[in-house]
Amino acid sequence: MPAIPDGFCGRSGAGATKRKMAPMIEIENLTRRFGLFTAVDDISFSVPRGEVLGFLGPNGAGKSTTMRMIVGFLRPSAGIVRIGDFDIRKQPIKAKEMMGYMPEGAPGYPDMMPRSFLDFAATIRGLRGKAKQYAIDAAVAKLGLEPVLNQPIETLSKGFRRRVGVAQAILHDPPILILDEPTDGLDPNQKHQVRTLIREMASEKAIIISTHILEEVNAVCDRALIIDHGKIVADGTPGALESRSKYHNAVTISVAADTAREAQKALKALPKVARVETGSKVDGVQDYMVFPKEGAAIVTEVGDLARDRGWRVEELYAERGRLDEVFRSLTIGDAVAMSKQEKGSRARI
Amino acid sequence: MSKTFVIMKRELTSYFATPLAYVFIVIFLFLAGVFTFYLGLFIERDHADLRAFFDFHPWLYLLLIPAISMRLWAEERKSGTIEFLMSLPVPFGATVLGKFLAAWAFTAIALFLTFPIWLTVNYLGDPDNGVILAGYVGSLFMAGGYLAISSCISAITKNQIIAFVTGVVVCFIFTIAGQPLVTDFFSGWAPDWVVELIASFSFSTHFDAITEGVIDVRDLIYFSTLIALFLYANAVVIEFKKAS
Repeated sequence: MPAIPDGFCGRSGAGATKRKMAPMIEIENLTRRFGLFTAVDDISFSVPRGEVLGFLGPNGAGKSTTMRMIVGFLRPSAGIVRIGDFDIRKQPIKAKEMMGYMPEGAPGYPDMMPRSFLDFAATIRGLRGKAKQYAIDAAVAKLGLEPVLNQPIETLSKGFRRRVGVAQAILHDPPILILDEPTDGLDPNQKHQVRTLIREMASEKAIIISTHILEEVNAVCDRALIIDHGKIVADGTPGALESRSKYHNAVTISVAADTAREAQKALKALPKVARVETGSKVDGVQDYMVFPKEGAAIVTEVGDLARDRGWRVEELYAERGRLDEVFRSLTIGDAVAMSKQEKGSRARI
Repeated sequence: MSKTFVIMKRELTSYFATPLAYVFIVIFLFLAGVFTFYLGLFIERDHADLRAFFDFHPWLYLLLIPAISMRLWAEERKSGTIEFLMSLPVPFGATVLGKFLAAWAFTAIALFLTFPIWLTVNYLGDPDNGVILAGYVGSLFMAGGYLAISSCISAITKNQIIAFVTGVVVCFIFTIAGQPLVTDFFSGWAPDWVVELIASFSFSTHFDAITEGVIDVRDLIYFSTLIALFLYANAVVIEFKKAS
């Protein structure tokens, strides 16, 4: 077999990466005001093919409003949305052809059956004959809609309704998917199914999902944006976001209670350790949480120490970080305001 | 154009997905019969024509057309499907037109089902069927006018009841613009041309001319322009409501 020259290999690799990285969705300085209220405040980001971007944020942060502007339902007050090569405002039809969209709450026509609803969605997107039938069958199979095909949408459970919404969005195999809370209201199995489906499609498409469920970010997203008050407050891979947590690389160690005192002292004395928190004591086993200085990795040091001293260790693990804690710390202004409001309304009652 | 047709087909099918369509058609036919025989005195008039039938169409439509179109946009907004609909690669005008055409086609079906009255008059006498055909054409155009108005009103609200009631009121104003109830109010003091202008907006004035068997192009232009105008307003209203 002839050897492939290094240069050739490198070039083709770079070319492939470049094509993959060309942004499918490009948002520039997007702003949306409703009267005096600014729902989306000057945000910019882009999503390349092959990336699943997660929108995180408290209710009312501007996630849905942003999505509505991307799909061309809402007109931005300012800013540009580019879908592939098309500006959504200048060439809306071309841009919309490239997208599949599931609106918040997965609305469907109450009197229609999933079969005719999907048929309508496929036909209006220009699919005909065998291609249409194939597309519908594939979407039905992927989302397990077989049992409810001939049941009015208004009689469907929340889970099925949501899946009809996802089916409608992926039907025409669009290069861009915008899904507003695709797993809301699904049971754990269905959630897993939809997440797997999104992951399967991820390499071919640019996908944006919004979610409240933080574990979902780890499960499906390559990158997450945390949005608060219409602004992007964090942007990074789930791992990068987790590393902003104070729990990032913190080590939990459980040692027998008789060596606990000694262990606590020795752990504190380690050079990279910032502090040691005492956890619970159960059945003669004491938990400690060891926080590193500046997020350094310390699990090896802690493990070595335990072995050298001959402690009986029941448990030893490092944390990657806690997304929910990062989320709360970034959007805490809201939480405080909310609880005040709640207190206020309770007092009035 | 084909997308307009796809929208229209979905909308028309959805009329028949619920009992609404059947209830509507039954009531329409029943009222058409009652008006013709009891108020129009079809038999007693002893004329071989369908004036007794057509004369009451404005009043029939006034009540029933807003019931057809109240759901066109109100339901779409209430269930949130408008967001799905607007994210489809369909020109906005095609969506508005498709929905309107569906409602119009539905009205045409109801109107067509009144054919027994045509059979009856042909059995009883020897009517001028050209005049009758003109009556049907005129009636359909007038129905289109009512539909465009009430479809536009349906776009203003999420609530179908409000859409219906407001639709009836606005249609009523357009219907009676040529009746003494309105013209007498103006004729005492306003110049004649004002009275005539107001009367010229009246559905019944234009429709009466057609039922007499004279299809005047101007009457058809009047209804067509009115339909176009209100469909445009419909599109503007939706665009505006979406923004808030």
